[in-house]
Amino acid sequence: MFGNYAGYIVPAYVLSALALVGLVVWSVLDYRARRSELAELERKGLKRRSQAGADRANG
Amino acid sequence: MSETAIRRASLWDFANPTRYLAIAGPAIPWLAGVTALLLAAGLWMSFRAPADYQQGATVLIMFIHVPAAWLSMFCYGVMSVSALGTLVWRHPLADVSLRAAAPVGAVFTLLALVTGSLWGKPMWGAWWVWDARLTSVLVLFIIYLGLLALARAIEDPATAARALAVVTLVGSVNLPIIKFSVNWWNTLHQPASVMRMDGPKMDPAFLYPLLVMALAYTLFFITLHAMNMRNEILRRRIRSMRMNAAREAGGA
Repeated sequence: MFGNYAGYIVPAYVLSALALVGLVVWSVLDYRARRSELAELERKGLKRRSQAGADRANG
Repeated sequence: MSETAIRRASLWDFANPTRYLAIAGPAIPWLAGVTALLLAAGLWMSFRAPADYQQGATVLIMFIHVPAAWLSMFCYGVMSVSALGTLVWRHPLADVSLRAAAPVGAVFTLLALVTGSLWGKPMWGAWWVWDARLTSVLVLFIIYLGLLALARAIEDPATAARALAVVTLVGSVNLPIIKFSVNWWNTLHQPASVMRMDGPKMDPAFLYPLLVMALAYTLFFITLHAMNMRNEILRRRIRSMRMNAAREAGGA
């Protein structure tokens, strides 16, 4: 299918696939880590300054 | 309130990080689905394309090399607009957008260099030549790496945002150099064959798969950019919560 060029075409496609999948996996893992970190902080009762200010304003 | 003022207010409401998260959350799975379908269609069309009469089967590399090269510049264009958003309009999401795009742009640039090298060896007989196109793309990759390092080096977010924006805008001078390098200098790299004033100079058998792959890569970038922006907003919320807790603990 690739003639004598398989040694160039296959690595080009494999490396591209690895890079694109790697970007997606990295982003999804980052999202999960940040979500769990945020949930942990909220569980401890930590708030952002805007949230804390709003809470104080509402008494 | 005038109509212009209402429109401006709406645009700024849309820029609110909380509203961004509310819109991006449901949109990301749809964007990802359309991207996957377009990538599948593009690959199917690419592998059905005939071998080129000169380049043989290596023309297959074009369908992933050219979109990666286009996206390396498109991504930097998005970052340059974001940099203007930080410096001129002080848009709350501009720096988030710049930081979210930088690693994706770096990977696309690296892919353009690597796939170009894998295409160059059988066609030119060399993995690398120091011609204007290849060298200017290598400079773009180094600029991306510099921006990523700078983003990590400065801790204060406001200072980091301004520094990143300024360096990004300085680096944007490289974009027209990359685009026109094949016209301004005598390069081994071929001149533009799609984005030309007189229209594409490519047979439809190769042009259509290339355009579908380019669209798929563009949507891939848009999806990943939205995902990374969401991550960056969460990271800033976490930082804000920790800072607030430290401030309250210090004041108690």
